[in-house]
Amino acid sequence: MKLRILKILLKKEILLMKRNPFIPRVIVALPLMAMLVLPLVANLDVKNVSVAVVDNDRSELSRRIVADMDASEYLSVQSCDFIYDEALKSIENGDADAILIIPADYSDRLTKGENPQMSLDANGVNASKGMLGSRYAAQSATSTVSQWLSETGVNRPAPQVNVLNLYNPTLNFRNYMIPALMVVLIIIICGFLPTLNLVNEKETGTIEAMNVTPVGRLTFVLSKLIPYWIVGLLVVSVGMLIGWLVYGLVPAGNIGSIYLAAILFSLVMSGLGVTIANKSATILQSIFVMFAFIMIFQLMGGLFTPIASMPQWAQDITYAVPPRFFIEIMRAVYLKGASIADLSTQYLALTGFAILFCGLSAFTYKKRS
Amino acid sequence: MIKKETLHLTRDSRTMTVVLVMPIVLLLLFGFAISTEVNNINIVAVVNKHDDTSRNLIEKLRINSYFTFKGIVAFEEVEPMLRRGEADAAVILKSENGNTAYQIISDASNTSMAQTATGYVESVLTDGTKPPVLMRTLYNPQLKSAYNFVPGIMGMIFILICAMMTSVSIVSEKETGTMNLLLVSPAKPRTIILGKLVPYFILSCIILTLTLIIAYAVLGLPVSLNILNVIWVSLIYIILALALGLLISTLANTQVTALLVSGVLFMLPVVMLSGMIFPIEDMPVVLQWFSCIIPARWYVSAMRTLMVQQLPASFVMTQVAVLSAMTVAVLIFAIKKFNTKH
Amino acid sequence: MNEKFAISVRNLVKRFGNFTAVDNLSFDVARGEIFGFLGANGAGKTTAMRMLCGLSYPTSGSGTVAGFDIMSQAEYIKRHIGYTSQKFSLYEELTVSENLTLFSTIYGMSDIEIKKKSEEIFMTLEMADMRNTLVKDIPTGWKQKLAFSAATMHSPDIVFLDEPTGGVDPVTRRRFWELIYEASSRGMTIFVTTHYLDEAEYCNRISIMVDGRIKALDSPENLKKEYNCATMDEVFRIVAKDAKRGD
Repeated sequence: MKLRILKILLKKEILLMKRNPFIPRVIVALPLMAMLVLPLVANLDVKNVSVAVVDNDRSELSRRIVADMDASEYLSVQSCDFIYDEALKSIENGDADAILIIPADYSDRLTKGENPQMSLDANGVNASKGMLGSRYAAQSATSTVSQWLSETGVNRPAPQVNVLNLYNPTLNFRNYMIPALMVVLIIIICGFLPTLNLVNEKETGTIEAMNVTPVGRLTFVLSKLIPYWIVGLLVVSVGMLIGWLVYGLVPAGNIGSIYLAAILFSLVMSGLGVTIANKSATILQSIFVMFAFIMIFQLMGGLFTPIASMPQWAQDITYAVPPRFFIEIMRAVYLKGASIADLSTQYLALTGFAILFCGLSAFTYKKRS
Repeated sequence: MIKKETLHLTRDSRTMTVVLVMPIVLLLLFGFAISTEVNNINIVAVVNKHDDTSRNLIEKLRINSYFTFKGIVAFEEVEPMLRRGEADAAVILKSENGNTAYQIISDASNTSMAQTATGYVESVLTDGTKPPVLMRTLYNPQLKSAYNFVPGIMGMIFILICAMMTSVSIVSEKETGTMNLLLVSPAKPRTIILGKLVPYFILSCIILTLTLIIAYAVLGLPVSLNILNVIWVSLIYIILALALGLLISTLANTQVTALLVSGVLFMLPVVMLSGMIFPIEDMPVVLQWFSCIIPARWYVSAMRTLMVQQLPASFVMTQVAVLSAMTVAVLIFAIKKFNTKH
Repeated sequence: MNEKFAISVRNLVKRFGNFTAVDNLSFDVARGEIFGFLGANGAGKTTAMRMLCGLSYPTSGSGTVAGFDIMSQAEYIKRHIGYTSQKFSLYEELTVSENLTLFSTIYGMSDIEIKKKSEEIFMTLEMADMRNTLVKDIPTGWKQKLAFSAATMHSPDIVFLDEPTGGVDPVTRRRFWELIYEASSRGMTIFVTTHYLDEAEYCNRISIMVDGRIKALDSPENLKKEYNCATMDEVFRIVAKDAKRGD
């Protein structure tokens, strides 16, 4: 491998990238768009849970439960009926997310020292909203009841619990999403661009001109991979800048460790992209195969749903999904201030994947058919 | 014409495999691997005095299926363990004069995990008294996220296959020049378009069948006559997606442009704004308005009503009306564009 | 190593599945010769040439190019040849001089050599004012000449030209052949495929390929004599009359 040849090939790649009408725009516009719009959209904090109440008690307490619920930040009482079917209809129409049923004689039985139960039916169509929303509603009702109990003197001892939310004291979901969004950006940009680049060289025939020269396989493949380090770093930088300027989020840990992980991960993605391009005949084919990988990476990497919630066999699979490690690194460095030493397993895994995919891309690149 | 296109399509076996296998894999992943439910919380305990209360609590944590108890550690160890991700939360017990004070320290970098962990620990601590509110779930008793995602996946796959594949394949003929060859042939432009679209329509129908089989047979969505409604609404959506593909192909001149246009204009909004993953009502109002022009939004919401809630077709008339109007508009526009160009 | 022949192949075969694209090819090309490869589209010219250049593995057969074995020493061959493909294959988004620098650096030329050679090329092609123009913006005729110059810049032993004059006007074609003669006079062996029969007359020797086989191989004069024809056009029509492939 001759450095001089690598240098001229890199110069060619960068010139071509700069002169392409799309690529520079994509590198800037996609992070901007994603970082500005996505955190607004990808808001898994459940808000505006509307509750339909079926009040069969019709007491002072039941009215207070409804009023407290309506006053809560997350909940709004959509209707207050006396017939269950009416409430169910509002769920079917999509107007309500949950039904709270207060049984007849609820407050009377409570004063007598009995333990009556309200029930809460959540609309399970949207699982996360159903679950979290009904928990909020239950909490709200419970606290009204216990307040009422303590006011009327029927107090029950409950243990005092003090909760400390480390790293993200306001429990802001955005702080959890933003570091992971940069991972998505690198997945998309460093995955698709090298694939398109190489398949395009195949379709225009310029790859033939390269293959007939004595250029080394490794040199050529490296010239395809290295530019995406730079792209990866650019993307992460734009992302961090927006994170800071728009959302006021700065990494708690060392920026160097973020960049290191970004370089390793862009190598993984571009290596995968080049491998796919080597094996594909048409643009469509390469895009579909890449797309399949990207979907699985996003779903299994722990981006939107926690890996810990998966069944064991699926959790085992995620060890073969490179973004899993990058997402862990990004979140840990950004929010917890973890160091490279804390995350040595993840860094090692990423390095391993980077070597594997780069090797694979050089191996699958054939100068002869 | 149709025969030629079908041949062309089936010869690319790798793309076909991806197209047919991807929906299945996605459905199965959503059905069995992915859930928003939080369990397997790694928890540690810090105890300053071993007594009955602490032993009792630790036993409860140990047997609770939501927790994986990682042992009793020193207080100084808690923060490093949370930082390295070895634990998700810690319970600290401080016994003084027979009274026990509790503290929960959670790794709030993962917000929903922290919230749920706190909730679970609190319920373990207060265990013994019956909860004052009994929680049940309608329609989706195990809170299986899969149900929720099936319509979204269908919405995405059809856009991908119909809009992306058709537009790229038509544009690739433009690039290689075979399109001109076809256009100077005696075949009418209408026949040429139809020949291009029919194979993709058939492919979409195969995928629709596959998805429905998996949704009903494997994921256990309740079977009823409503399937017929699901099918005809899906067919409208497929035609709409094909029309979009045709429209893109008349606008784009290179395969890469066609890909970018269909990718940026359709795929991203479909994933983000259709309500597939993120609820529309939690978005800022401007984005909610914007989501109205995304076909997938209407399709996904119609599919949810029909498949998950099992309501009759009269509940999805708005969605069907919007989808039909969009289909007619796009189709007219695309054909007009195609005719003026050639 | 064969001192006398630049190219020497025996029983070269290439099959794609059931389809035999190149069937049992054997021929020699002497050093310094201009060797024409004629045939209809689909006769197997490009496939044969791709095997010689080390772009494609022969199914069977043996041979040497520039003294190296085509089976095992393809990468050595590549150091001693130049090639222009049927598709125009310079980078459209690079300028003329960027393209020249790129390719000659890969062949290991020094910066001083590259500079000197580039100037020479700009002189002979009369395109000094276009050196910083993007290749996609220069006229087609210039592009072909530029591709040829890029392929010969490192003074290879053999140049392979795959239909270099496709879609070019007669004047430019004429000019292009002057370039070929000039390269030949510097000692390069030229291996050129074409389907323009008038161009066959410019070659020292030609071979006519029909359905993957060589049907005739000799100098244009001898072929005309043998088939008793006045022009190469007629020769070709007689030789290729049984052709099944091509249009």
